[in-house]
Amino acid sequence: MIDSTDTSTAVAGITDYAQEQLGDIVYFELPQIGDNVTHLGKMGEVESVKAVSDLFSPIDGVVTEINENLLDHPELVNEDPFGEGWIIKASITDAAALDELMSAADYDAFIAGL
Amino acid sequence: MVPFGGWDMPVQYPDGILAEVKAVRTNAGVFDVSHMGRLYISGPKAAEFLDWVLTGSASTLGIGRARYCLICNENGGVIDDTIFYRLTEDRYLLIPNAGNRPSVVAWFERWISEKFPQGCSMEDVTASTGLIAFQGPHTPNLIDQVAEQSLSSMRPFSWAEGAIQGAPVFVGRTGYTGEDGFELLVQDHDVIKVWTTLTGSGAVPCGLGARDVLRLEAGLPLHGHEIDEETTPIEAGLGRFVRHEGSFVASQILESQRTDGVPQRLVGFTLPGRSAPRAGYTLSNNDEIIGTVTSGSYSPTLDTSIGMGYVLEHYVKPGTVLDLDIRGRTVPVNVTELPFYTRTRRT
Repeated sequence: MIDSTDTSTAVAGITDYAQEQLGDIVYFELPQIGDNVTHLGKMGEVESVKAVSDLFSPIDGVVTEINENLLDHPELVNEDPFGEGWIIKASITDAAALDELMSAADYDAFIAGL
Repeated sequence: MVPFGGWDMPVQYPDGILAEVKAVRTNAGVFDVSHMGRLYISGPKAAEFLDWVLTGSASTLGIGRARYCLICNENGGVIDDTIFYRLTEDRYLLIPNAGNRPSVVAWFERWISEKFPQGCSMEDVTASTGLIAFQGPHTPNLIDQVAEQSLSSMRPFSWAEGAIQGAPVFVGRTGYTGEDGFELLVQDHDVIKVWTTLTGSGAVPCGLGARDVLRLEAGLPLHGHEIDEETTPIEAGLGRFVRHEGSFVASQILESQRTDGVPQRLVGFTLPGRSAPRAGYTLSNNDEIIGTVTSGSYSPTLDTSIGMGYVLEHYVKPGTVLDLDIRGRTVPVNVTELPFYTRTRRT
């Protein structure tokens, strides 16, 4: 999931639907600042009490910031996935990949059909 | 909801696993465990039959009492673990795990026909009854508020008959959480009434996720993880539930394992932080794999990660440091005594 107002930077996280499916989140394995991430490539891991899942990057880019609050307070992602629970910020290196992402409305329609 | 042992079961209710675990450790939680089996074993030979198929003694169990033990195959492998209750001189109730009920029933039928064709019969009432676990330090007070008779004075591993809102309940002072509590056997048409009465008293509905964390914190084995048909009670550290006297299925193998030792044993271990060991992860010493994780979780009660697993006998001593491989990350873990969590008992 990304929040991108322009085509050069992005804030990435997981959706409200994803956090709800995971349940109580207890741990994040995050990339480091300067790491390259690729569209649909693994960028980290998220563990809830019941399961572990890979975190996939929605974009091609370079990590500029990670949300260090998540290391002590991973539950922020359960409480506010689209706000305080952001995961990384990145500079986008290939804006073309943005066209392959679903809009929020398309995503809502997609999960409604699950 | 997830499929579990042939049943559709809730992993969690809306409060979530962490809140459900906390409710059971500090207040009261209620679990629908109707997926577990209910078998009556009856007849003048019932005690003798159970003495043969169980590692714990049925004939010396007092009427009104319950006991935990194992059901082993002829190699000493664990077909299931169970709690059984002595109802009368010649009638017992036995609770197998959900997924193991068919294999337990088949195993018992085989021995009834081979060894006890007269005087012992089995009745499976799983489908016509429900089972509700009511667990937590406040459950003794709460059960006295909702039941028509006082049940809080029941001893651990005893049973009594009672009623809730007119519904007859068979009550065991037993559980699978490491906490004080009760397990209630009710008729199928009374399950909803008893459930809503208990949740209405303030108990929090809890799912399989919380149940797994709670039993792990209490160091209790789960069949298919810590115990299975390839592992024995001695390897699993459950030798205290295997009697020394008498002849029963696998008694000689288990006694010689107890005397001679076993190559691997179940241990508990802790690691700092919240990243959880999970079943199948390897444990190493100096880059040599010496064990495998059977279960693990973040423990909210202890605020650290915990796990259980089998390691070679040389590494079972508490204090031993081993390397856990968490998906490519190497994390040091400390072998510790089980259980991880012991409740504070009322005096």
